[in-house]
Amino acid sequence: MHERRQTVMLSRVADSLYWMSRYLERAEHTARLIDVDLQLRLEQAPEVGAGHWSRLIEALEAPLPPSGTVDAASITQILTLDRSNGSSILSCVAAARENLRQVREQCSSEMWEQLNRLYLQVNSTTAGEAWLLNSHVFFRAVQEGAHLFQGVTDSTMLHGEGWRYIQLGRFVERTDLLARLVRTHFASRARTSDAAIESEEYLEWVGLLKSCSAFEAYCKTYTAELRPVRIAEFVLLNPEFPHSVRFSVDRIDAALQSIGELTERRAEQPIRLAGRLQATLSFSQIDEIMGSGASGYVDGVRWQCAQVHNAIQQVYFDYAIEQALVS
Amino acid sequence: MNPPEPPLSLFRPPFRNYQFGGAYDEMFAAPGTPRSHYKALFQNLLELPPEDLRKTQQAADLSFLHQGITFTVYGNDEGTERVFPNDLLPRIIPADEWRKIENGLTQRIAALNLFLEDIYHNGRILADGIVPRELVYSCRHFRREMRGLNVPHGIYVSICGTDLVRLPDGSFAVLEDNLRVPSGVSYMLANRKVLKKVFPTLFRDYGVCPVDHYPQSLLATLRALAPTTTRHDPKVVLLTPGVFNSAYFEHTFLAQQMGIELVEGRDLLVHDNVVYMRTTAGLRRVDVIYRRVDDDYLDPLCFRQDSNLGVPGLFNAYRAGNVILANAIGTGIADDKAVYAYVPKIIRYYLGEDPILNNVETYLLGDRSQRQHVLEHLDQLVVKAVGESGGYGMLIGPHSTVEEREEFRARIEAEPRNYIAQPTLSLSRAPCFLEGEVQARHIDLRPYILYGENVTLVPGGLTRVALRRGSLVVNSSQGGGSKDTWVLRA
Repeated sequence: MHERRQTVMLSRVADSLYWMSRYLERAEHTARLIDVDLQLRLEQAPEVGAGHWSRLIEALEAPLPPSGTVDAASITQILTLDRSNGSSILSCVAAARENLRQVREQCSSEMWEQLNRLYLQVNSTTAGEAWLLNSHVFFRAVQEGAHLFQGVTDSTMLHGEGWRYIQLGRFVERTDLLARLVRTHFASRARTSDAAIESEEYLEWVGLLKSCSAFEAYCKTYTAELRPVRIAEFVLLNPEFPHSVRFSVDRIDAALQSIGELTERRAEQPIRLAGRLQATLSFSQIDEIMGSGASGYVDGVRWQCAQVHNAIQQVYFDYAIEQALVS
Repeated sequence: MNPPEPPLSLFRPPFRNYQFGGAYDEMFAAPGTPRSHYKALFQNLLELPPEDLRKTQQAADLSFLHQGITFTVYGNDEGTERVFPNDLLPRIIPADEWRKIENGLTQRIAALNLFLEDIYHNGRILADGIVPRELVYSCRHFRREMRGLNVPHGIYVSICGTDLVRLPDGSFAVLEDNLRVPSGVSYMLANRKVLKKVFPTLFRDYGVCPVDHYPQSLLATLRALAPTTTRHDPKVVLLTPGVFNSAYFEHTFLAQQMGIELVEGRDLLVHDNVVYMRTTAGLRRVDVIYRRVDDDYLDPLCFRQDSNLGVPGLFNAYRAGNVILANAIGTGIADDKAVYAYVPKIIRYYLGEDPILNNVETYLLGDRSQRQHVLEHLDQLVVKAVGESGGYGMLIGPHSTVEEREEFRARIEAEPRNYIAQPTLSLSRAPCFLEGEVQARHIDLRPYILYGENVTLVPGGLTRVALRRGSLVVNSSQGGGSKDTWVLRA
C-alpha cells in the first residue's frame, strides 16, 4: 500500500499543458472559420452575405472593431493578428507557446520545436499577407501547423498524465467552440423543417459543415443531400466524427477517467460532471432537440462543459489547501 | 602589455596567427614545442583540414541553438536569449595536475564549511581574532537568522563551483569561491557531448575521465542530506526562479537528468512547518530542495518582502528541520570577496594545514593604507564589488577609461568595505578554433565540487574562454564562451 506511484505531476504543469492545448485548438478553429468564410463569400452575391461578418464575430465571441466599421479587412485583422484581442490567432498561438515554454522539460523536444516554428511563422506575418495577398495560404498554414503539432505530440510524448491534460484541453475547447458555432448558425435560421436545402441557403449550410471539417464526412454518411436536421445530428451527436460535440465529450470523459485512475482520485467532481455530459449527448434524440429548439439544447451543453472546466480547475489545479490537507 | 610575438613562419596554416608571450600557454612549452599532453591534439590539428573543423563548428553551433542551450543577458532589451558559444578544442589537464586541484579544493570546501558552522554558532575564529568581527557582520550575505541553527551533518555548502586561474609560473590559484548558487555545469556536460562526436578517436586514445555521471552524483549528494530517520525515500526537488532566470535552461536540464520535479515558488506551500508541493493528485511532502534561488528571494516572510519568487514560511520549516535546503542559507558570507582574502588563514585555523591552492593577492579597501595604494594604481588593478558575481560590478584598470576609473574611485571612497582590488592577472592562454584558424585566448577553470556523504569532484569542469582577442573577462554575460575540459587518467 505504501508504494504510491513514483511520478507526480505538478498542478502548475498540468494547468500549463491544459491551457496550451486549449489555445492551440482555438487558433486552429478560428483559422478554419475565417478561411471557410472567405471562400464562401467569393461565390455569393454581396447582399446575401451582408450579415455574415457579425455572425462570425458572434460565433467566435470576438470584440467588434474599435472603429465600428465592420468590413472584411478590419475583422480579419482583429481575428488574426491583433494582439489586443486575446482570442486572435496570433494571441492564441503566442499563449500556447508561452505555456509550453514554461513546462519544456515535460514535453518532447519535437513538440517544442514544432510549436515554436508555428509561432515564428504567425508572428512574422503582416496584415497584408494575411488578408490581401494570400489569405488562404496563411490560414491553411495555421491549421496544418496545429495538426502537425497534434501528430508530433501523439507520436513522441509519453501517453501518461500530461498527455491526458493535453487531450482534455483540446476537447473541452472544441466542445465549447462547436456548440457556439451551431448555436449561432441555427439562431440565424428560423427554418428547421427537414426539407432538402436549395440554392443560396445551400452555401451557408455547406459553410457550417466545412467550418467543422465535416463536409466530406457528412456526404459519406448521408450523401450530398443537405438537410438541417441531419446536419444538426451529424455535428452534435455523431460518435465517430472527431469534430462533433458527442465525439469531443467522449474524449473528455475518457481523459478524465484515466486522470482519475492515475491520480487515485476516482470519485471526484469532474468525472461525475463529465459522465453526466456524456450521458446527455449519448441519450439525446435529434428530433427532440430540434422540436424544443436547438439553441436551448446547445446552451445546456455549453453550461455543462463550463462546469466540467471549473471542476477540473478546482480539483486538479487550484484546490483549496485546507481540503487537500484533510484528505 | 605583451612582448612582440616571435615569427611563426615555421608553422603551417592553422597556427599562423597563434599568439605567444605574456602568459602561461596551455599547449606550448615554447613556441613550436607542444607540451607532452598536448602533442596528439597538436598533431591532429596540423593534419586536419581547417574546412572540416569549420563545418563541425557550424554543426555544433546549430545543435546548441536548436536545443535552446541559451542563457539570458540582463540589462539588455533586445535579444536577451543568447547561445553560449562553445569552442571545439579541448583543454587538457594531466592527471597529476588534477590531483593537486582535487586535493586543494577538497581542503578548501572542508575549511569553508567549518568556518560557516563556526560563525553561525560560537564564533571561535572571531574571538581568536583571525577574521575581523566587523568584516563578517558587515557582510550583506551574513544571515542573523541562521545563528544557532544546526544544518544536517554540518554541511552548509553541498554544491560549489570554484574559479581557478593559472598564473604565468604555471601554478593554479583560486580566483573566487562560488558558494551560493553556482551555475554552468550543464555547459560542461553539453560541451563533452559535442566533443565526443568531434574527436572520437582522439578522445578514446587520450584516456579522458568521464563527467557524464554528474547528475547522479548531485542527486546522491542531495539525498545524503535528507534526515535518515523519517522516510526511506526522500522527495528531492529543484527550485527555480522561473523561465526568466538566466540559468533556466540549466535548471530544466538538471531536473530532467536527475528525474526530479522542477518547481517554482508558487508550486510549494508550507503548512505546520512542513513543505508540500501542489500536484494533481493532492499535496506531496518535500524533503530536500536544491534551490537555485538566492537567499534574498527564498521566503518573503523572512527575507525580501517584495518578492514572490519564494515560498512564505519556508524559513520556519527549515528551522524546524522539516526540509533541507542545498546550499544552506547564509553561505554567501564565505564567498564574500573580502572574506576571500582570509581563506588561507581560515584553512590553517581549522585544519592546521597549509593551503594546497594559493589565493590571488588581494587588497582590502576597508584598510586605509591598502586603499591609498589601490587608489593610486587604479589603472593597473582590477577592482571588484565584494558581493557581486558574473563579471558585473568590475573595473579592469588597464582596459578602463578615465571616467570609469573616476566613477570607481567615488564608489570606493563612499563604501570601501564593498570593494576589493587585485593585480591584473595574466590568465593562461589555450588554443581555440576561431575565424577558421587556431588562436590563443585567455581561459579559466571552474570545477564543480559536491559535498554529501563525502567530498567528490567530477574530473573536469567548465573551462571558460575570453573570446575577444586580448580580453581577460571570461563571464558568459560579458562575451565569454566555454570549451570542454579533459582530465586525463593516471
